[in-house]
Amino acid sequence: MQKHVLFENINDPKLHNIDRAIELGAYKAWEKVLKSIKREELVQMVKDSGLRGRGGAGFPTGLKWSFVPVASPKPKYLCCNADESEPGTCKDRVLMECDPHSVIEGVMIAAFAIDCHTSFFYVRGEYDLSMRRIEKAIDEAYKKGYLGKNILGTGYDLEMILHRGGGAYICGEETALLSSLEGEKGLSRIKPPFPAVSGLYACPTVVNNVETLANLPRIVINGGQWYASMGTEKSKGTRIFSVSGHVKKPGNYELELGTPLRTLIYDYAGGILDDKKLKCVIPGGSSVPVLMPDQLDTPLDFESVQAAGSMLGSGAVIVMNEDTCMVWVAEILAHFYMHESCGKCTPCRQGTGWLYEIIHRIEHGQGRAQDLDTLLDLAKNIEGNTICALGDAAATPVISTIKQFRNEYEYHIEHKKCLVKSDFRLR
Amino acid sequence: MILSNDTKSKIGEYAKKYPKVKSAILPALHYAYEEQGYLDDSMYEEIAQVLGVKFIEVAEAASFYTMFPKQKRGKYYIQVCRNISCALLGSHHLTQYLLQKLGTKLGETTKDHLFTVVEVECLGSCCSAPMMQVNDKYYENLTLAKVDQLIDEWRAAK
Ligand SMILES: Cc1cc2nc3c(=O)[nH]c(=O)nc-3n(C[C@H](O)[C@H](O)[C@H](O)COP(=O)(O)O)c2cc1C
Repeated sequence: MQKHVLFENINDPKLHNIDRAIELGAYKAWEKVLKSIKREELVQMVKDSGLRGRGGAGFPTGLKWSFVPVASPKPKYLCCNADESEPGTCKDRVLMECDPHSVIEGVMIAAFAIDCHTSFFYVRGEYDLSMRRIEKAIDEAYKKGYLGKNILGTGYDLEMILHRGGGAYICGEETALLSSLEGEKGLSRIKPPFPAVSGLYACPTVVNNVETLANLPRIVINGGQWYASMGTEKSKGTRIFSVSGHVKKPGNYELELGTPLRTLIYDYAGGILDDKKLKCVIPGGSSVPVLMPDQLDTPLDFESVQAAGSMLGSGAVIVMNEDTCMVWVAEILAHFYMHESCGKCTPCRQGTGWLYEIIHRIEHGQGRAQDLDTLLDLAKNIEGNTICALGDAAATPVISTIKQFRNEYEYHIEHKKCLVKSDFRLR
Repeated sequence: MILSNDTKSKIGEYAKKYPKVKSAILPALHYAYEEQGYLDDSMYEEIAQVLGVKFIEVAEAASFYTMFPKQKRGKYYIQVCRNISCALLGSHHLTQYLLQKLGTKLGETTKDHLFTVVEVECLGSCCSAPMMQVNDKYYENLTLAKVDQLIDEWRAAK
Protein backbone atom coordinates (compact mmCIF):
# COMPACT_ATOMS: atom_id res chain seq x y z
CA MET A 1 0.00 0.00 0.00
CA GLN A 2 1.03 3.57 -0.59
CA LYS A 3 2.49 5.02 2.58
CA HIS A 4 4.10 8.41 2.70
CA VAL A 5 7.04 8.54 5.02
CA LEU A 6 9.69 10.04 2.75
CA PHE A 7 7.10 11.60 0.47
CA GLU A 8 5.04 13.13 3.27
CA ASN A 9 5.59 16.70 2.08
CA ILE A 10 7.18 16.00 -1.29
CA ASN A 11 4.62 18.00 -3.27
CA ASP A 12 5.24 21.20 -1.31
CA PRO A 13 6.96 23.42 -3.89
CA LYS A 14 8.90 25.37 -1.26
CA LEU A 15 10.15 22.40 0.71
CA HIS A 16 13.68 22.91 -0.57
CA ASN A 17 13.91 26.24 1.27
CA ILE A 18 15.14 25.84 4.81
CA ASP A 19 12.48 28.05 6.41
CA ARG A 20 9.66 26.06 4.87
CA ALA A 21 11.42 22.80 5.69
CA ILE A 22 11.77 23.85 9.33
CA GLU A 23 8.07 24.79 9.48
CA LEU A 24 7.38 21.22 8.38
CA GLY A 25 9.64 19.72 11.03
CA ALA A 26 13.14 19.64 9.52
CA TYR A 27 16.11 19.56 11.94
CA LYS A 28 13.97 18.59 14.95
CA ALA A 29 15.51 15.13 14.77
CA TRP A 30 19.04 16.54 14.52
CA GLU A 31 18.42 18.72 17.57
CA LYS A 32 16.99 15.75 19.46
CA VAL A 33 20.03 13.63 18.58
CA LEU A 34 22.48 16.32 19.65
CA LYS A 35 20.72 17.20 22.89
CA SER A 36 19.18 14.05 24.23
CA ILE A 37 20.33 10.86 22.52
CA LYS A 38 23.56 8.98 23.20
CA ARG A 39 25.47 7.66 20.23
CA GLU A 40 24.91 4.02 21.25
CA GLU A 41 21.20 4.67 21.70
CA LEU A 42 20.96 6.08 18.18
CA VAL A 43 22.69 3.05 16.69
CA GLN A 44 20.36 0.77 18.65
CA MET A 45 17.31 2.74 17.54
CA VAL A 46 18.24 2.30 13.89
CA LYS A 47 18.97 -1.39 14.46
CA ASP A 48 15.51 -1.71 16.04
CA SER A 49 13.93 0.04 13.07
CA GLY A 50 15.13 -2.74 10.78
CA LEU A 51 16.20 -0.14 8.19
CA ARG A 52 18.23 -1.72 5.40
CA GLY A 53 20.30 0.07 2.78
CA ARG A 54 18.39 1.44 -0.19
CA GLY A 55 21.45 1.66 -2.46
CA GLY A 56 21.07 -1.87 -3.74
CA ALA A 57 22.52 -4.41 -1.36
CA GLY A 58 19.97 -4.04 1.45
CA PHE A 59 22.53 -4.26 4.24
CA PRO A 60 21.14 -3.40 7.73
CA THR A 61 22.09 0.23 8.37
CA GLY A 62 22.54 0.10 12.15
CA LEU A 63 24.70 -2.99 11.84
CA LYS A 64 26.91 -1.34 9.23
CA TRP A 65 27.50 1.61 11.56
CA SER A 66 28.37 -0.69 14.43
CA PHE A 67 31.38 -2.04 12.47
CA VAL A 68 33.09 1.34 12.75
CA PRO A 69 35.79 1.31 15.44
CA VAL A 70 34.61 4.49 17.10
CA ALA A 71 37.40 4.46 19.68
CA SER A 72 39.99 4.60 16.89
CA PRO A 73 42.16 7.73 17.04
CA LYS A 74 41.70 8.20 13.28
CA PRO A 75 38.99 10.51 11.97
CA LYS A 76 35.78 8.78 10.91
CA TYR A 77 34.04 9.73 7.65
CA LEU A 78 30.47 9.53 6.45
CA CYS A 79 29.77 9.68 2.70
CA CYS A 80 26.34 10.10 1.23
CA ASN A 81 26.09 8.11 -1.99
CA ALA A 82 24.10 10.29 -4.38
CA ASP A 83 25.68 8.90 -7.54
CA GLU A 84 22.38 7.33 -8.63
CA SER A 85 22.99 5.83 -12.08
CA GLU A 86 21.58 2.31 -12.16
CA PRO A 87 19.40 2.31 -15.31
CA GLY A 88 15.75 2.76 -14.35
CA THR A 89 16.49 4.45 -11.03
CA CYS A 90 15.49 8.07 -10.38
CA LYS A 91 14.32 8.17 -6.77
CA ASP A 92 17.30 9.80 -5.04
CA ARG A 93 17.03 12.63 -7.51
CA VAL A 94 13.45 13.39 -6.40
CA LEU A 95 14.51 13.46 -2.77
CA MET A 96 17.44 15.78 -3.47
CA GLU A 97 15.49 18.13 -5.69
CA CYS A 98 12.34 18.34 -3.58
CA ASP A 99 13.43 17.60 -0.02
CA PRO A 100 17.18 18.21 0.25
CA HIS A 101 16.99 19.14 3.94
CA SER A 102 15.72 15.70 4.96
CA VAL A 103 18.60 14.16 3.05
CA ILE A 104 21.32 16.29 4.63
CA GLU A 105 19.71 15.98 8.05
CA GLY A 106 20.04 12.22 7.51
CA VAL A 107 23.74 12.70 6.74
CA MET A 108 24.15 14.63 10.00
CA ILE A 109 22.43 11.93 12.04
CA ALA A 110 24.46 9.14 10.44
CA ALA A 111 27.65 11.14 11.02
CA PHE A 112 26.80 11.45 14.72
CA ALA A 113 26.19 7.70 14.89
CA ILE A 114 29.82 7.00 13.98
CA ASP A 115 31.36 10.02 15.72
CA CYS A 116 32.24 11.64 12.42
CA HIS A 117 33.07 15.33 12.13
CA THR A 118 33.71 15.59 8.39
CA SER A 119 31.06 14.28 6.03
CA PHE A 120 30.91 14.16 2.24
CA PHE A 121 28.04 14.39 -0.17
CA TYR A 122 28.98 12.66 -3.42
CA VAL A 123 26.46 13.73 -6.03
CA ARG A 124 26.24 12.44 -9.56
CA GLY A 125 27.90 14.96 -11.91
CA GLU A 126 25.02 15.21 -14.38
CA TYR A 127 22.46 15.87 -11.65
CA ASP A 128 22.70 19.63 -11.96
CA LEU A 129 19.50 20.62 -10.16
CA SER A 130 20.05 18.06 -7.39
CA MET A 131 23.52 19.42 -6.89
CA ARG A 132 22.36 23.02 -6.71
CA ARG A 133 19.56 22.16 -4.29
CA ILE A 134 21.92 20.23 -2.02
CA GLU A 135 24.54 22.98 -2.23
CA LYS A 136 21.95 25.55 -1.20
CA ALA A 137 20.61 23.31 1.58
CA ILE A 138 24.12 22.85 2.99
CA ASP A 139 24.76 26.61 2.87
CA GLU A 140 21.47 27.32 4.62
CA ALA A 141 22.16 24.69 7.27
CA TYR A 142 25.54 26.29 8.02
CA LYS A 143 23.90 29.71 8.32
CA LYS A 144 21.30 28.41 10.76
CA GLY A 145 23.99 26.71 12.82
CA TYR A 146 23.03 23.09 12.07
CA LEU A 147 26.49 22.53 10.61
CA GLY A 148 29.88 23.91 11.55
CA LYS A 149 31.50 24.28 14.93
CA ASN A 150 29.78 23.80 18.30
CA ILE A 151 26.42 23.01 16.71
CA LEU A 152 23.46 24.39 18.72
CA GLY A 153 25.84 24.96 21.61
CA THR A 154 26.33 21.23 22.15
CA GLY A 155 30.05 21.16 21.43
CA TYR A 156 29.58 18.85 18.42
CA ASP A 157 31.38 19.89 15.22
CA LEU A 158 30.38 18.71 11.77
CA GLU A 159 31.47 19.81 8.30
CA MET A 160 29.70 18.74 5.12
CA ILE A 161 31.54 18.87 1.80
CA LEU A 162 29.72 18.63 -1.50
CA HIS A 163 31.65 16.59 -4.04
CA ARG A 164 30.42 16.50 -7.61
CA GLY A 165 31.14 13.37 -9.65
CA GLY A 166 32.37 13.43 -13.23
CA GLY A 167 30.00 11.00 -14.93
CA ALA A 168 30.77 7.36 -14.18
CA TYR A 169 28.34 4.66 -13.01
CA ILE A 170 31.11 2.80 -11.22
CA CYS A 171 31.53 5.66 -8.74
CA GLY A 172 28.23 4.56 -7.16
CA GLU A 173 30.02 1.42 -6.00
CA GLU A 174 31.19 2.38 -2.56
CA THR A 175 34.91 1.67 -2.87
CA ALA A 176 35.10 3.32 -6.30
CA LEU A 177 33.29 6.30 -4.80
CA LEU A 178 36.04 6.55 -2.22
CA SER A 179 38.76 6.37 -4.88
CA SER A 180 36.99 9.11 -6.78
CA LEU A 181 36.67 11.21 -3.65
CA GLU A 182 40.41 10.88 -3.10
CA GLY A 183 41.05 12.38 -6.54
CA GLU A 184 42.02 9.07 -8.12
CA LYS A 185 40.32 7.38 -11.06
CA GLY A 186 37.08 5.80 -9.84
CA LEU A 187 38.39 2.25 -9.58
CA SER A 188 36.85 -0.20 -7.12
CA ARG A 189 39.00 -1.68 -4.37
CA ILE A 190 39.36 -5.15 -2.95
CA LYS A 191 37.32 -5.85 0.20
CA PRO A 192 38.36 -6.60 2.92
CA PRO A 193 39.35 -4.25 4.34
CA PHE A 194 35.82 -2.95 4.35
CA PRO A 195 35.36 0.83 4.35
CA ALA A 196 34.09 0.69 7.94
CA VAL A 197 37.64 -0.25 8.92
CA SER A 198 39.71 1.37 6.19
CA GLY A 199 37.88 3.62 3.77
CA LEU A 200 38.44 7.23 2.80
CA TYR A 201 42.10 8.24 3.36
CA ALA A 202 42.46 4.79 4.97
CA CYS A 203 40.19 5.88 7.83
CA PRO A 204 36.96 4.25 9.07
CA THR A 205 34.19 5.25 6.66
CA VAL A 206 30.50 4.59 6.14
CA VAL A 207 28.85 5.01 2.75
CA ASN A 208 25.06 5.28 2.82
CA ASN A 209 22.53 5.87 0.08
CA VAL A 210 20.41 9.04 -0.16
CA GLU A 211 17.11 7.27 0.50
CA THR A 212 18.55 5.30 3.41
CA LEU A 213 19.70 8.56 5.00
CA ALA A 214 16.45 10.42 4.35
CA ASN A 215 14.66 7.86 6.54
CA LEU A 216 16.76 8.70 9.59
CA PRO A 217 15.09 11.95 10.72
CA ARG A 218 11.72 10.15 10.69
CA ILE A 219 13.09 7.22 12.67
CA VAL A 220 14.65 9.54 15.25
CA ILE A 221 11.36 11.43 15.75
CA ASN A 222 9.00 8.46 15.73
CA GLY A 223 11.23 5.69 17.07
CA GLY A 224 12.62 2.43 15.76
CA GLN A 225 9.49 0.47 16.66
CA TRP A 226 7.34 2.80 14.61
CA TYR A 227 9.46 2.20 11.51
CA ALA A 228 9.53 -1.53 12.16
CA SER A 229 5.73 -1.60 12.26
CA MET A 230 5.72 -1.04 8.49
CA GLY A 231 6.72 -3.61 5.89
CA THR A 232 7.26 -7.33 6.32
CA GLU A 233 9.01 -9.40 8.95
CA LYS A 234 12.49 -8.86 7.52
CA SER A 235 11.99 -5.94 5.15
CA LYS A 236 10.87 -3.01 7.25
CA GLY A 237 9.50 0.35 6.27
CA THR A 238 8.77 1.78 2.85
CA ARG A 239 10.63 2.09 -0.40
CA ILE A 240 10.46 4.42 -3.30
CA PHE A 241 9.90 2.45 -6.49
CA SER A 242 10.75 4.15 -9.78
CA VAL A 243 8.35 2.66 -12.33
CA SER A 244 9.37 3.23 -15.93
CA GLY A 245 8.87 1.80 -19.41
CA HIS A 246 5.54 0.63 -20.79
CA VAL A 247 3.11 1.83 -18.12
CA LYS A 248 0.41 4.46 -18.31
CA LYS A 249 1.60 6.45 -15.32
CA PRO A 250 5.35 6.12 -14.85
CA GLY A 251 6.63 7.69 -11.67
CA ASN A 252 8.18 7.33 -8.25
CA TYR A 253 5.81 5.60 -5.82
CA GLU A 254 6.52 5.16 -2.14
CA LEU A 255 4.99 1.91 -0.92
CA GLU A 256 5.21 -0.22 2.14
CA LEU A 257 7.66 -3.06 1.55
CA GLY A 258 5.78 -6.25 0.76
CA THR A 259 3.26 -4.61 -1.59
CA PRO A 260 2.66 -6.94 -4.56
CA LEU A 261 4.32 -6.06 -7.85
CA ARG A 262 0.87 -6.25 -9.47
CA THR A 263 -0.50 -3.52 -7.19
CA LEU A 264 2.41 -1.25 -8.05
CA ILE A 265 2.10 -1.73 -11.79
CA TYR A 266 -1.68 -1.84 -12.17
CA ASP A 267 -3.07 0.23 -9.28
CA TYR A 268 -0.42 2.93 -9.04
CA ALA A 269 1.34 3.01 -12.40
CA GLY A 270 -1.97 2.62 -14.25
CA GLY A 271 -1.31 -0.69 -16.01
CA ILE A 272 0.36 -1.38 -19.34
CA LEU A 273 0.65 1.42 -21.87
CA ASP A 274 -1.94 1.20 -24.67
CA ASP A 275 -3.42 -1.85 -22.88
CA LYS A 276 -0.87 -4.12 -24.52
CA LYS A 277 0.19 -7.43 -23.04
CA LEU A 278 2.89 -7.46 -20.41
CA LYS A 279 6.06 -9.26 -21.48
CA CYS A 280 8.27 -9.06 -18.42
CA VAL A 281 9.47 -6.79 -15.62
CA ILE A 282 12.92 -5.93 -14.29
CA PRO A 283 12.10 -5.32 -10.61
CA GLY A 284 15.25 -3.75 -9.17
CA GLY A 285 17.32 -1.85 -11.72
CA SER A 286 19.01 -3.13 -14.87
CA SER A 287 21.38 -5.39 -12.95
CA VAL A 288 18.76 -7.89 -11.76
CA PRO A 289 17.01 -10.85 -13.47
CA VAL A 290 13.62 -10.35 -15.14
CA LEU A 291 10.34 -11.49 -13.63
CA MET A 292 7.63 -12.99 -15.84
CA PRO A 293 3.90 -12.15 -15.94
CA ASP A 294 3.04 -15.19 -13.81
CA GLN A 295 5.19 -13.69 -11.03
CA LEU A 296 3.19 -10.47 -10.70
CA ASP A 297 1.91 -11.44 -7.29
CA THR A 298 5.42 -11.38 -5.86
CA PRO A 299 5.47 -9.10 -2.82
CA LEU A 300 8.08 -6.37 -3.21
CA ASP A 301 10.33 -7.09 -0.28
CA PHE A 302 13.94 -8.29 -0.25
CA GLU A 303 13.13 -11.92 0.60
CA SER A 304 10.14 -12.47 -1.70
CA VAL A 305 11.79 -10.98 -4.76
CA GLN A 306 14.86 -13.10 -4.12
CA ALA A 307 12.69 -16.21 -3.72
CA ALA A 308 11.16 -15.36 -7.10
CA GLY A 309 14.65 -15.48 -8.61
CA SER A 310 15.48 -11.80 -8.82
CA MET A 311 16.51 -8.94 -6.52
CA LEU A 312 14.95 -5.76 -5.19
CA GLY A 313 18.20 -3.90 -5.96
CA SER A 314 17.68 -0.17 -6.40
CA GLY A 315 13.87 -0.41 -6.52
CA ALA A 316 13.69 0.48 -10.19
CA VAL A 317 10.82 -1.37 -11.85
CA ILE A 318 11.19 -1.46 -15.62
CA VAL A 319 8.08 -2.70 -17.42
CA MET A 320 8.16 -4.13 -20.95
CA ASN A 321 5.25 -4.92 -23.23
CA GLU A 322 4.80 -7.66 -25.84
CA ASP A 323 6.44 -5.59 -28.62
CA THR A 324 9.82 -5.65 -26.87
CA CYS A 325 12.60 -7.71 -28.42
CA MET A 326 14.62 -9.17 -25.57
CA VAL A 327 17.82 -9.45 -27.58
CA TRP A 328 17.51 -5.72 -28.23
CA VAL A 329 17.08 -5.17 -24.48
CA ALA A 330 20.12 -7.31 -23.73
CA GLU A 331 22.12 -5.36 -26.31
CA ILE A 332 21.25 -2.01 -24.72
CA LEU A 333 22.21 -3.25 -21.26
CA ALA A 334 25.40 -4.93 -22.49
CA HIS A 335 26.43 -1.65 -24.11
CA PHE A 336 25.90 0.10 -20.78
CA TYR A 337 28.09 -2.28 -18.76
CA MET A 338 30.81 -2.23 -21.41
CA HIS A 339 30.81 1.56 -21.30
CA GLU A 340 30.82 1.71 -17.50
CA SER A 341 33.34 -1.01 -16.61
CA CYS A 342 36.19 0.76 -14.83
CA GLY A 343 38.72 -1.56 -16.45
CA LYS A 344 40.46 -2.75 -13.32
CA CYS A 345 39.52 -6.45 -13.44
CA THR A 346 40.25 -8.35 -16.63
CA PRO A 347 37.07 -10.50 -16.67
CA CYS A 348 34.91 -7.38 -16.54
CA ARG A 349 37.05 -5.13 -18.75
CA GLN A 350 37.34 -7.72 -21.54
CA GLY A 351 34.19 -9.70 -20.84
CA THR A 352 31.73 -6.82 -20.98
CA GLY A 353 33.04 -5.87 -24.42
CA TRP A 354 32.79 -9.43 -25.70
CA LEU A 355 29.26 -9.80 -24.34
CA TYR A 356 28.26 -6.67 -26.19
CA GLU A 357 29.92 -7.66 -29.45
CA ILE A 358 28.23 -11.04 -29.54
CA ILE A 359 24.77 -9.76 -28.58
CA HIS A 360 25.16 -6.93 -31.08
CA ARG A 361 25.92 -9.34 -33.88
CA ILE A 362 23.00 -11.59 -32.95
CA GLU A 363 20.63 -8.61 -32.86
CA HIS A 364 21.92 -7.47 -36.25
CA GLY A 365 21.49 -10.78 -38.02
CA GLN A 366 25.09 -11.99 -37.83
CA GLY A 367 24.64 -14.48 -35.00
CA ARG A 368 26.31 -17.87 -35.07
CA ALA A 369 25.02 -21.21 -33.82
CA GLN A 370 27.50 -21.44 -30.96
CA ASP A 371 26.94 -17.86 -29.77
CA LEU A 372 24.50 -18.68 -26.98
CA ASP A 373 26.89 -21.15 -25.40
CA THR A 374 29.71 -18.65 -25.73
CA LEU A 375 27.61 -15.93 -24.10
CA LEU A 376 26.68 -18.11 -21.14
CA ASP A 377 30.23 -19.32 -20.77
CA LEU A 378 31.51 -15.74 -20.81
CA ALA A 379 28.88 -14.50 -18.38
CA LYS A 380 29.69 -17.29 -15.95
CA ASN A 381 33.37 -16.49 -16.18
CA ILE A 382 32.76 -12.87 -15.26
CA GLU A 383 30.34 -13.61 -12.43
CA GLY A 384 32.10 -13.84 -9.09
CA ASN A 385 35.51 -13.18 -10.61
CA THR A 386 35.71 -9.42 -10.20
CA ILE A 387 36.46 -7.09 -7.32
CA CYS A 388 33.09 -5.37 -7.35
CA ALA A 389 29.59 -6.34 -8.38
CA LEU A 390 29.63 -4.50 -11.71
CA GLY A 391 30.84 -7.71 -13.33
CA ASP A 392 27.94 -9.70 -11.89
CA ALA A 393 25.59 -6.91 -12.90
CA ALA A 394 26.78 -7.21 -16.51
CA ALA A 395 26.41 -10.99 -16.54
CA THR A 396 22.93 -11.11 -15.02
CA PRO A 397 20.81 -9.62 -17.84
CA VAL A 398 22.53 -11.90 -20.34
CA ILE A 399 21.94 -15.05 -18.31
CA SER A 400 18.42 -14.03 -17.37
CA THR A 401 17.23 -13.11 -20.87
CA ILE A 402 18.71 -16.27 -22.37
CA LYS A 403 17.02 -18.33 -19.67
CA GLN A 404 13.57 -16.78 -20.17
CA PHE A 405 13.68 -15.94 -23.87
CA ARG A 406 16.01 -18.46 -25.44
CA ASN A 407 13.60 -18.87 -28.35
CA GLU A 408 14.06 -15.21 -29.31
CA TYR A 409 17.83 -15.54 -29.40
CA GLU A 410 17.54 -18.73 -31.45
CA TYR A 411 15.08 -17.13 -33.85
CA HIS A 412 17.54 -14.26 -34.39
CA ILE A 413 20.39 -16.59 -35.13
CA GLU A 414 18.35 -18.78 -37.48
CA HIS A 415 16.30 -16.14 -39.31
CA LYS A 416 18.75 -13.22 -39.02
CA LYS A 417 16.03 -10.92 -37.71
CA CYS A 418 13.89 -10.21 -34.66
CA LEU A 419 10.97 -12.39 -33.65
CA VAL A 420 9.29 -9.23 -32.38
CA LYS A 421 10.81 -5.97 -33.50
CA SER A 422 11.21 -3.16 -30.97
CA ASP A 423 10.24 -0.16 -33.02
CA PHE A 424 9.32 2.35 -30.37
CA ARG A 425 8.64 5.84 -31.65
CA LEU A 426 8.29 9.25 -30.19
CA ARG A 427 4.73 10.42 -29.95
CA MET B 1 47.65 31.33 -18.79
CA ILE B 2 44.25 30.07 -19.84
CA LEU B 3 42.21 29.78 -16.68
CA SER B 4 41.09 33.07 -15.19
CA ASN B 5 42.37 34.20 -11.82
CA ASP B 6 38.82 33.99 -10.55
CA THR B 7 38.56 30.32 -11.45
CA LYS B 8 41.96 29.61 -9.99
CA SER B 9 41.06 31.23 -6.72
CA LYS B 10 37.78 29.30 -6.62
CA ILE B 11 39.75 26.10 -7.07
CA GLY B 12 42.18 27.11 -4.36
CA GLU B 13 39.35 27.97 -1.97
CA TYR B 14 37.43 24.75 -2.58
CA ALA B 15 40.58 22.70 -2.06
CA LYS B 16 40.88 24.03 1.48
CA LYS B 17 37.75 22.15 2.50
CA TYR B 18 39.32 18.74 1.97
CA PRO B 19 41.52 16.86 4.41
CA LYS B 20 43.78 16.04 1.42
CA VAL B 21 44.31 18.37 -1.49
CA LYS B 22 44.25 15.67 -4.16
CA SER B 23 40.53 15.31 -3.50
CA ALA B 24 40.05 18.73 -5.05
CA ILE B 25 41.05 17.56 -8.54
CA LEU B 26 37.47 16.71 -9.52
CA PRO B 27 35.97 20.01 -8.34
CA ALA B 28 38.87 21.81 -10.04
CA LEU B 29 38.08 20.06 -13.33
CA HIS B 30 34.47 21.16 -13.00
CA TYR B 31 35.44 24.79 -12.39
CA ALA B 32 37.81 24.78 -15.35
CA TYR B 33 35.32 23.09 -17.64
CA GLU B 34 32.56 25.51 -16.65
CA GLU B 35 34.75 28.40 -17.66
CA GLN B 36 36.28 26.98 -20.84
CA GLY B 37 33.76 24.48 -22.21
CA TYR B 38 36.53 21.90 -22.72
CA LEU B 39 39.81 20.91 -21.10
CA ASP B 40 43.31 20.37 -22.44
CA ASP B 41 46.79 19.60 -21.20
CA SER B 42 47.70 23.19 -20.49
CA MET B 43 44.64 23.53 -18.26
CA TYR B 44 45.56 20.31 -16.48
CA GLU B 45 48.96 21.84 -15.90
CA GLU B 46 47.49 25.01 -14.44
CA ILE B 47 45.19 23.02 -12.16
CA ALA B 48 48.14 20.93 -11.03
CA GLN B 49 50.03 24.11 -10.17
CA VAL B 50 47.17 25.64 -8.22
CA LEU B 51 46.67 22.45 -6.21
CA GLY B 52 50.31 21.50 -5.88
CA VAL B 53 49.77 18.04 -7.37
CA LYS B 54 51.40 16.41 -10.39
CA PHE B 55 50.19 17.00 -13.95
CA ILE B 56 49.69 13.28 -14.47
CA GLU B 57 47.38 13.07 -11.45
CA VAL B 58 45.08 15.66 -12.97
CA ALA B 59 45.27 14.13 -16.45
CA GLU B 60 44.55 10.65 -15.13
CA ALA B 61 41.48 11.71 -13.21
CA ALA B 62 40.16 13.83 -16.08
CA SER B 63 40.51 11.00 -18.58
CA PHE B 64 38.39 8.67 -16.47
CA TYR B 65 35.16 10.65 -16.56
CA THR B 66 32.74 11.45 -19.36
CA MET B 67 32.12 15.06 -18.35
CA PHE B 68 35.46 16.60 -19.31
CA PRO B 69 35.82 16.63 -23.10
CA LYS B 70 39.08 17.67 -24.75
CA GLN B 71 37.28 19.46 -27.59
CA LYS B 72 34.78 22.27 -27.66
CA ARG B 73 31.27 21.17 -28.50
CA GLY B 74 28.31 22.96 -30.03
CA LYS B 75 26.57 25.72 -28.11
CA TYR B 76 23.77 23.25 -27.49
CA TYR B 77 25.28 19.95 -26.43
CA ILE B 78 22.40 17.52 -26.86
CA GLN B 79 22.74 14.28 -24.92
CA VAL B 80 20.02 11.77 -25.69
CA CYS B 81 19.57 9.00 -23.14
CA ARG B 82 19.94 5.69 -24.99
CA ASN B 83 19.32 3.38 -22.04
CA ILE B 84 16.45 1.01 -21.46
CA SER B 85 13.65 3.13 -19.97
CA CYS B 86 14.07 5.82 -22.60
CA ALA B 87 14.61 3.29 -25.41
CA LEU B 88 11.28 1.63 -24.57
CA LEU B 89 9.62 4.97 -25.26
CA GLY B 90 11.40 5.85 -28.46
CA SER B 91 14.78 7.37 -27.64
CA HIS B 92 16.50 5.70 -30.60
CA HIS B 93 13.91 7.29 -32.85
CA LEU B 94 14.53 10.59 -31.05
CA THR B 95 18.24 10.44 -31.89
CA GLN B 96 17.56 9.69 -35.54
CA TYR B 97 15.00 12.47 -35.70
CA LEU B 98 17.42 15.01 -34.23
CA LEU B 99 20.27 14.01 -36.53
CA GLN B 100 18.07 14.26 -39.57
CA LYS B 101 16.54 17.55 -38.52
CA LEU B 102 19.91 19.12 -37.76
CA GLY B 103 21.61 17.51 -40.74
CA THR B 104 24.46 16.13 -38.69
CA LYS B 105 26.03 12.89 -37.52
CA LEU B 106 26.33 11.42 -34.05
CA GLY B 107 29.15 13.12 -32.15
CA GLU B 108 29.76 15.78 -34.81
CA THR B 109 29.14 19.49 -34.39
CA THR B 110 27.02 21.38 -36.93
CA LYS B 111 28.88 23.87 -39.14
CA ASP B 112 27.28 26.84 -37.38
CA HIS B 113 28.75 25.48 -34.11
CA LEU B 114 25.26 25.39 -32.60
CA PHE B 115 24.57 21.71 -32.09
CA THR B 116 26.38 18.53 -31.09
CA VAL B 117 24.23 15.42 -30.67
CA VAL B 118 25.45 12.41 -28.71
CA GLU B 119 23.88 9.38 -27.11
CA VAL B 120 24.60 8.83 -23.42
CA GLU B 121 23.82 6.23 -20.79
CA CYS B 122 20.99 6.50 -18.25
CA LEU B 123 20.61 10.00 -16.81
CA GLY B 124 18.17 9.09 -14.05
CA SER B 125 15.09 10.53 -15.70
CA CYS B 126 13.51 7.13 -16.28
CA CYS B 127 10.00 8.03 -15.14
CA SER B 128 9.91 11.01 -17.50
CA ALA B 129 11.26 9.23 -20.58
CA PRO B 130 12.21 9.86 -23.27
CA MET B 131 14.59 12.61 -22.28
CA MET B 132 17.68 14.52 -23.28
CA GLN B 133 20.08 16.71 -21.39
CA VAL B 134 21.11 19.89 -23.19
CA ASN B 135 24.17 21.38 -21.54
CA ASP B 136 23.11 21.16 -17.86
CA LYS B 137 19.37 21.09 -18.30
CA TYR B 138 17.02 18.11 -18.49
CA TYR B 139 14.24 18.06 -21.10
CA GLU B 140 11.78 15.30 -20.24
CA ASN B 141 8.66 13.55 -21.55
CA LEU B 142 9.73 14.51 -25.06
CA THR B 143 7.41 14.41 -28.03
CA LEU B 144 8.12 15.27 -31.66
CA ALA B 145 6.27 18.56 -31.22
CA LYS B 146 8.34 19.48 -28.16
CA VAL B 147 11.59 18.69 -29.94
CA ASP B 148 10.57 20.80 -32.95
CA GLN B 149 9.73 23.70 -30.70
CA LEU B 150 13.01 23.51 -28.78
CA ILE B 151 15.11 23.41 -31.93
CA ASP B 152 13.23 26.41 -33.35
CA GLU B 153 13.83 28.34 -30.13
CA TRP B 154 17.53 27.54 -30.10
CA ARG B 155 17.96 28.42 -33.77
CA ALA B 156 16.20 31.72 -33.21
CA ALA B 157 18.31 32.49 -30.15
CA LYS B 158 21.51 31.44 -32.01
C1 LIG C 1 28.32 -1.06 -9.92
C2 LIG C 1 27.64 -0.56 -8.67
C3 LIG C 1 26.98 0.66 -8.70
C4 LIG C 1 26.36 1.16 -7.56
N1 LIG C 1 25.72 2.36 -7.64
C5 LIG C 1 25.13 2.86 -6.53
C6 LIG C 1 24.49 4.14 -6.56
O1 LIG C 1 24.44 4.81 -7.58
N2 LIG C 1 23.94 4.60 -5.41
C7 LIG C 1 23.99 3.89 -4.23
O2 LIG C 1 23.49 4.36 -3.21
N3 LIG C 1 24.56 2.68 -4.19
C8 LIG C 1 25.14 2.16 -5.28
N4 LIG C 1 25.77 0.93 -5.21
C9 LIG C 1 25.81 0.25 -3.89
C10 LIG C 1 26.95 0.79 -3.04
O3 LIG C 1 28.13 0.05 -3.31
C11 LIG C 1 26.67 0.67 -1.54
O4 LIG C 1 26.27 -0.64 -1.26
C12 LIG C 1 25.60 1.61 -1.03
O5 LIG C 1 25.86 2.94 -1.38
C13 LIG C 1 25.52 1.50 0.47
O6 LIG C 1 24.50 2.33 0.99
P1 LIG C 1 23.25 1.71 1.73
O7 LIG C 1 23.76 0.71 2.73
O8 LIG C 1 22.58 2.87 2.36
O9 LIG C 1 22.42 1.06 0.68
C14 LIG C 1 26.39 0.41 -6.35
C15 LIG C 1 27.03 -0.83 -6.34
C16 LIG C 1 27.63 -1.31 -7.49
C17 LIG C 1 28.31 -2.64 -7.43
